[in-house]
Amino acid sequence: MDYSFALQQLVYGLTLGCLYGLLAIGYTMVYGVLRLINFAHGDLLMVSAYVAFFGIAIFGVAWPISFIGSVLFTALLGILIDRGAYKPIRKSPRINALITAIGVSFLLENLGLVLIGGRPKSFPAPGLFSGSIVIGTVNIPELSIWVFIITLVLLVLCVLVVKRTRIGIAMRALSRDMETVTLMGIDKDRVISFTFALGSSLAAAGGIMWCMKYPALEPFMGVIPGLKAFVAAVLGGIGNITGAALGGLILGLAEVLIVAVEPDWSGYRDAIAFFLMIIILLTRPTGILGERLPD
Amino acid sequence: MLQIEDLHVNYGGIRALKGVSLRVGAKEIVSLLGSNGAGKSTTVRAISGLVTTKSGSILFDGKPINGLAPHEIQRLGLVHIPEGRKVFANLTIRENLLMGAYYTREKTQLKKLFGQVYDMFPSLVSKTQQLAGTLSGGEQQMLAIGRAIMSQPRLLMMDEPSLGLAPMIVADVFRIIEKIRNEGVTIFLIEQNANLALKIADYAFLIENGTISLKGRGSEVLKDPRVKQAYLGSVSG
Ligand SMILES: Nc1ncnc2c1ncn2[C@@H]1O[C@H](COP(=O)(O)OP(=O)(O)OP(=O)(O)O)[C@@H](O)[C@H]1O
Ligand SMILES: [Mg+2]
Repeated sequence: MDYSFALQQLVYGLTLGCLYGLLAIGYTMVYGVLRLINFAHGDLLMVSAYVAFFGIAIFGVAWPISFIGSVLFTALLGILIDRGAYKPIRKSPRINALITAIGVSFLLENLGLVLIGGRPKSFPAPGLFSGSIVIGTVNIPELSIWVFIITLVLLVLCVLVVKRTRIGIAMRALSRDMETVTLMGIDKDRVISFTFALGSSLAAAGGIMWCMKYPALEPFMGVIPGLKAFVAAVLGGIGNITGAALGGLILGLAEVLIVAVEPDWSGYRDAIAFFLMIIILLTRPTGILGERLPD
Repeated sequence: MLQIEDLHVNYGGIRALKGVSLRVGAKEIVSLLGSNGAGKSTTVRAISGLVTTKSGSILFDGKPINGLAPHEIQRLGLVHIPEGRKVFANLTIRENLLMGAYYTREKTQLKKLFGQVYDMFPSLVSKTQQLAGTLSGGEQQMLAIGRAIMSQPRLLMMDEPSLGLAPMIVADVFRIIEKIRNEGVTIFLIEQNANLALKIADYAFLIENGTISLKGRGSEVLKDPRVKQAYLGSVSG
């Protein structure tokens, strides 16, 4: 394997890793606050892709407006899923919420199937994101650069919100003790809605970039990225935002590089994620950045 | 200021409160005493909306508050420091205090509140960036009180603030309770430490088995033979 081939694969791996990371952050935030694995999270990627697609291809809206609309719509959908599906069973055992999450996921997928049909649609990526820069023999798609920058900016913003803002501090408090948060006069449902909105808009940002990279839109397109993002969140230490991004990067790089080194294994590509998850659960169940907090 | 009539609370089939009536007057320290499992925490938890009541009324400033959500009740100025302190272990001292003042947006007001708390608890000043989970039990109690002060309570309900603390720290806590009252805050104090609680209380209630079995001025209850025997030990009087 020569030098430029390796660099090329690194670019692909980083891009994929960023997309997993964006999706993983939403997983990890909702888990951190509610101890709920929101299996519907991956499907938000599909929803955001379709909303952006319809905006551009059907309604002829300019792409920036379509993208922003998609992010807002997905954020709202995240809030609605929580209010409609999870809030009514907040006091029930956790397994109920998990089963509900799987139900919501199926609902979104099949709703997509009924409303839009199963035939893949191709996404019209705006010109801004479709060129590429060639350095030596390494071909860097401009989209990859955007993915990297946008992921980094969103990650930093997200960490700042959680570390610095009141609602972010309340999110962290809520993750430990919901009851006492309400004794501070804080409406916990508003904090939870905010968490869903934030996580879902990151998923939308990831989803839009995902469908520019892999332009086939279909109702089940969120399933595999959703599972991978879940693995990434576990890898990084579930509940930890930076960890989720890191987990995404590691997973993306691992998938691309392993297949690059050993092309025969390309059939096992999706298995790499679960293999990594098993390893981490056996050796360091709290994940790479997950730490035990003082009680 | 706070008035409770014939309050009933059930946990499934367990009848935890069977008709509790009590009142807390403005600017007073009122104590609620009782042994383990008598229903003290259930009473405060019902007042602050954490448990749903079966029947009875809870009036704050003459207005019914049953059925309101805990955060709505807190915002009326009825602030509850829960049993076991419940500081947010994963937040710093400063962040814990900020959570108490969640809705105080005004910078100067916020600064004043922080100043007030740090004056009251100087030992917290050097630890503002430390995680609350690393504090000692006594410090955590101080933080829990400070966090409640940040909410600018009109009525402060404290569930066993002396629980698990060394006698010297307990004395500090009681001194602070009196100080808070002297600044115009009404106090509803839940305690098992009857001796100390009755010494600072204007009025006291004794709860046994989910009903109020005795009430009176602090000094009167302190002299009651039943209290002496059950809560103070027969020699201490
Ligand atoms: N969540 C609950 N579910 C079922 N029963 C409960 C619950 N909480 C309290 N109880 C019961 O209600 C009764 C009153 O409990 P409560 O916590 O109010 O007592 P307490 O006076 O605060 O006691 P302590 O001094 O130990 O804190 C007890 O018999 C207790 O076992
Ligand atoms: Mg109690």
